[in-house]
Amino acid sequence: MERKTKINAEDGKQELMITREFDLPLNLLFKAYVEPALVEQWMGTKVLKLDSRKHGSYQFETTDPKGIKHGFSGVIHELIRDKKIVRTFEMDGTPFGVQLESYKFEQLTSDTSKLTMHVIYESVTIRDQILQLPFAQGINMAHNRIQDIVNKQNNRS
Amino acid sequence: MNLRRDVFQAIADPTRRAILLLVASQSMTAGAIAANFDTARPTVSKHLQILTECELLKQEQNGREIFYHLNPKNMKEIADFIEPFRQMWDDRFNKLEAVMKKYKSKN
Repeated sequence: MERKTKINAEDGKQELMITREFDLPLNLLFKAYVEPALVEQWMGTKVLKLDSRKHGSYQFETTDPKGIKHGFSGVIHELIRDKKIVRTFEMDGTPFGVQLESYKFEQLTSDTSKLTMHVIYESVTIRDQILQLPFAQGINMAHNRIQDIVNKQNNRS
Repeated sequence: MNLRRDVFQAIADPTRRAILLLVASQSMTAGAIAANFDTARPTVSKHLQILTECELLKQEQNGREIFYHLNPKNMKEIADFIEPFRQMWDDRFNKLEAVMKKYKSKN
């Protein structure tokens, strides 16, 4: 399986890097981040506000399967078309604080592009907690899988 | 049995992660492991006990000495620890790519 998305999270650091190569021209990749209607489609979130410019800000809102609304928001510190976005990101009502995100957009060929996301968290602990979030959510599924394997082995012996 | 959860609690501690890294290259006695840390010997012993209990380390008797070595099976689970996070981003970016390809063909 090809692994297009790479995560680099060094031990004991409060930052991480996410890189991804896209089968998209640079201008389309950048557009996906600045056009509210497009952000809504791929993020699966409601865009309450997205003012894509330096000193602009954004507010997103998702509704989980239980109907509970979750807000995300931040301020845009820099926005250079087809090049760079620097913004803050905050999950409202969580103890994770504000993270600083720097997005670098690069052209690879006329049809492909690369995104490098550099995320800085308030502390090493917060970064590690956020890294584990999807794992914590998936742990029950993992348990079930282990149970399946154990059951199969028991049946065989 | 909460073996899997214990594995991740075990590696939440930086000293225990350092011990795993140390033992990764070669089997070592408790004394040799402790010599690499400023912490008191009993503290290191406690860490070794936890790592052994959750089966990240295995003990092997060699003459009068006990050597600790990695249990590769459970270490594999740790290597996968960041995978759900990566998978989440990969899914999100795949969606972005699909949305933008559709957008491109419409415009």
